[in-house]
Amino acid sequence: MASLPVLSLTVFLPLLGAVLIMLIPGHGQPDGGARSARKLALGTSLLVFAVSLTVWLGFDPSLPGYQFEETVEWISGLNSSYHLGVDGISLFFMLLTTFTTPIAILIGWNRNDARTRELMAAFLVFESASAGMFLALDFLVFFLFYEAVLLPAFVIIGVWGGQRRTWSAITFFLYTMFGSVFMLIALLVFFFQFGVTDIPVLARVGHGLGRETQLWLWLALLASFVVKIPLWPVHTWLPEAYVEAPTGASVLLAGVLLKIGGYIFLRFSIPMLPVATEILAPLIYALAVVALIYLSFVVLMLTLALEDLKKWVAYAVLAHMGFGYIGMFTMTTQGLQGAIFVLISYGLIATALFCCVGVLEERASSREISRFSGLVGSMPKFALVLMVFMLASLGVPGTSGFVGEFLVLVGAYQASSWLALFSASIIVLGCVYFLWMYRLVVFGKAVRADCRSFADLSGREMAIMVPLMAVILWMGIYPDSFLHDTAASVATLIHNYQSTFADAGGAIVAAR
Amino acid sequence: MEILAVFPPLFGSFIAAFFGRTIGDRGAQLVTVAGVVVSALASLVLFNDVALHGHVHTIELFTWIKSGSFVAPWALRFDTLTVVMLIVVTFVSSCVHIYSIGYMAADPHKPRFQAYLSLFTFAMLMLVTADNFVQLFFGWEGVGLMSYLLIGFWYERPSANDAAIKAFVQNRVGDFGFALGIFACFFLFHSVDFDTVFRAAPGMAGQQLHFLGFDVNALTVCCLLLFMGAVAKSAQFGLHTWLLDAMEGPTPVSALIHAATMVTAGVFMVARLSPLFEYSPVASAVVTVFGATTAFVAASIAITQFDIKRIIAYSTMSQLGYMMFACGVSAYNAAIFHLMTHGFFKALLFLGAGSVIHAMSDEQDIRKMGGLWKLIPVTYGLLWVGSLALAGLPLFSGYFSKDAILEAAYATGSSVGMYAYWLGIVTAFLTAFYSWRLLFVAFHGKSRADHHTLEHVHESPLVMLLPCAFLAVGAVCAGALAYTWFIGDGRVGFWRDALTILPAHDTIARAHHGAVPEWAAVLPTVVAVAGIFFAFLFYMVWTGLPRFFAVGFKPVHTFLFNHWYVDSLYDWLIVQPLLVLGRMCWKTGDGTVIDGLGPEGVAAATRYFGQRASRLQSGYVFHYAFAMVIGVVLLVTWFYLAG
Repeated sequence: MASLPVLSLTVFLPLLGAVLIMLIPGHGQPDGGARSARKLALGTSLLVFAVSLTVWLGFDPSLPGYQFEETVEWISGLNSSYHLGVDGISLFFMLLTTFTTPIAILIGWNRNDARTRELMAAFLVFESASAGMFLALDFLVFFLFYEAVLLPAFVIIGVWGGQRRTWSAITFFLYTMFGSVFMLIALLVFFFQFGVTDIPVLARVGHGLGRETQLWLWLALLASFVVKIPLWPVHTWLPEAYVEAPTGASVLLAGVLLKIGGYIFLRFSIPMLPVATEILAPLIYALAVVALIYLSFVVLMLTLALEDLKKWVAYAVLAHMGFGYIGMFTMTTQGLQGAIFVLISYGLIATALFCCVGVLEERASSREISRFSGLVGSMPKFALVLMVFMLASLGVPGTSGFVGEFLVLVGAYQASSWLALFSASIIVLGCVYFLWMYRLVVFGKAVRADCRSFADLSGREMAIMVPLMAVILWMGIYPDSFLHDTAASVATLIHNYQSTFADAGGAIVAAR
Repeated sequence: MEILAVFPPLFGSFIAAFFGRTIGDRGAQLVTVAGVVVSALASLVLFNDVALHGHVHTIELFTWIKSGSFVAPWALRFDTLTVVMLIVVTFVSSCVHIYSIGYMAADPHKPRFQAYLSLFTFAMLMLVTADNFVQLFFGWEGVGLMSYLLIGFWYERPSANDAAIKAFVQNRVGDFGFALGIFACFFLFHSVDFDTVFRAAPGMAGQQLHFLGFDVNALTVCCLLLFMGAVAKSAQFGLHTWLLDAMEGPTPVSALIHAATMVTAGVFMVARLSPLFEYSPVASAVVTVFGATTAFVAASIAITQFDIKRIIAYSTMSQLGYMMFACGVSAYNAAIFHLMTHGFFKALLFLGAGSVIHAMSDEQDIRKMGGLWKLIPVTYGLLWVGSLALAGLPLFSGYFSKDAILEAAYATGSSVGMYAYWLGIVTAFLTAFYSWRLLFVAFHGKSRADHHTLEHVHESPLVMLLPCAFLAVGAVCAGALAYTWFIGDGRVGFWRDALTILPAHDTIARAHHGAVPEWAAVLPTVVAVAGIFFAFLFYMVWTGLPRFFAVGFKPVHTFLFNHWYVDSLYDWLIVQPLLVLGRMCWKTGDGTVIDGLGPEGVAAATRYFGQRASRLQSGYVFHYAFAMVIGVVLLVTWFYLAG
């Protein structure tokens, strides 16, 4: 098995699938080849998921470094090579990508989208680029994949987005292009400083940069993804973009795209620029905490105004995003492991919640909260499933949400009791709007006649919900399967970070 | 055996929930009842094994969360405190499960109800067997969640939904403190394991901790934060209003969750953490004051209420106050003793009340009852037993436990202890008064129910009466039987290391050795009898008296009748300032949405604020800029100041 380049397979199989989909003759068939395109896309993504699972099975948690490495000489003039590898940090980001793609394809199975073939191809290109981005170990390769993610994302928002899709897509595109310039600059600075673009090498030598340089590079990196992830207060494009996109697209955007920021922090900012990280951590804390509280209030308002459920979910997911960032900048074992856990867990929860909205949309052709009530009567399975996902979002122990949140808060407390106090406010804030939404949609009397006669979850829908539920509960009850694999890499990250300050004789944040 | 004590309810719950349709209502009821009964039997074996023969042990199931030095396994810890709780939880739960078969006979969702009850029982069992803070939190949130689901069981009723959300949110406010307490403990001890923390606690006494910019006593901070969780869960004054609204749930739920088990989790927590609280006199004093105040406030409101379930709910809150201040004066053993006896007689009172409500076609207002004693004599008798035990009349179980608590409070000799003692005495009087007020008004005099209801009054079926009878036996005998073990001469050998009581704080020992004068020990019984006598006078002899007092002391009566205006106070303290703030910052709001929904404590405050905040989404750039600048500046400043 070791001879098989599994990582490259994970990255390029979806691309192959996308090419094949575009080769399906569209004109001969009544549905424009939509059905075959969906089948092919699903098959490909499941195969990719299987391949990525072998990576997890073969992963040795005791090794802190990169595994399954693949290196091919590429551009010798730039001292750059095609270098892939996986460690405890990227492993689960990759798995999240390969796990959510089949779900994204399956949830819209019966939907009558325009240009289904192209949508499916875009999904697979998106998967390919995202996987490549999480697995790349060369800054240049990373940069290419990073830009490549934008193409399908841009197309998905611009073509299948809602009424304001053009506005969203252009905003997204402009911000992103603007950001990419900064990332390119950062890449060039690193290259001219050290003459290499290899990420593991840069992580070893990056801390040698001067304080000023580190600060500017750090901010440049932040600028490159701040809109995309998106950090408060430049988030407003996102709900707009999500609202009328096909459910599958929302799933991919929320499940995968939103995680890029966290990943860049973990892979670049923290290991390469530790001094700047130490200085600028409060900025991230502040932004994340404000986002947490501010967005929670917005979601509350959306609930009360009986707004669009999809927008609601988009905001609810955003409100929780800040948690991951808080955790990683505490530079404690619990904070960092919790941060990775939170990002993965919310990737799944966001996916699940968007799927739930998709289920309702399929039945009522509407997503307004006011449209639904008393669904528990007609859709008990759905009520149960949504309850589990809601509890996971609330961070109720026994679900994945709890483990991540709790660990992040443990880390946050060690950084500052104020930080813990503010972050923990989500314990109270989060439950108000969730319970209220659930009460409006699922409980109460079924006022409208069709709410009493909706069909419960179908076999296909159960095939989506049950695995999601299983993983969320698994992560909540036996999170060790996941924490075990991230431990060594996180320990190395912290060790290197601290040795920077030990060398400099600076203040050390004690590891706990 | 340990597995048999904890997991059968979970198993039963799953079967009832997922195969409820297949096995039918009767099947679901059987399987859930079987689950808790097995648990109860296993608990008896464990009680004998652990409490009587000293076989204290912990079973580690598997790793739960492990991150660096933060290690929290799934483990079952069995010491005396745990097995006592096991007995209370599984026995009351069994009674309630069986009772529900009769009580919910007309409900279309029986399997779901039984599944919830069993799942609740499981969460409670996980809570009492926890051997680390995180698992305690798991059980804690788990019971809170099940309480939410059971309060809102009749999901078509808006009031039930409101009450369910209120309960969850208020408990979450407590959990917020609880969670911070756990973080503080971990910060201090580098562990969340009970044994490790408890061993290190004496060394931490007097240490300082930097918290929110202040240097404060480390253990006091931890204890007070953790206690915040207990305040919400055990409905102590300040975070108690959810418990009254929780009466929207079915009556068996009130008996199991909001009387005998879940609400006592706060008391259990303080007792479990006695090794921490013992080293923080300040925290103990706070606990005492909270408990005593709660006991008095609740009893004072209870004498003015008319809803049979709310009277008993206030009575529960009041008794929880007794348990809490018992913990505060280091009489943890007396607190748990009272927890146990209370579990029996309060569940009995609730199930009896349920039987009355059942007979009266869902009428809960005691003014519309009257003269029922001839119609439902068995229920009447059971309620007498429960009330006698509650009031603490000699030989009934409440007598042993409540007197011990009051004596312990007296024996402290401190001013805080005296505060608790005297409020406790007043409360004892009020307790007897409102209990017999309920009995006299509901069961004696002329019937005030309408003709239609009266025709249908009937004694409950055996499946409801037998569990009550079992509880009645407990309410009569539990006190006398267990006295020696819990607080009598056998207490040291019984509790072993489950509770920590410093020799200097051992108020129970002092009470045994003559620190309490004769009059102080007899006084609780005297006032209880006086309470009954006055209730007799007020409601049987001179029935004009209540009206006379209500009119003559109108301000006082209005104040009590309106629950001390606590909900209004929340509105005034939390909602209104935010309103002003909102108006100042964002004048554009119109507030129509919130006006339509009405204020509801914290929920409304956050909701309101959310609506205001949403104005930021209006698209005005200066709004964004304003909020951003203010927020960031404030927070960054805070971080730099607070380090």
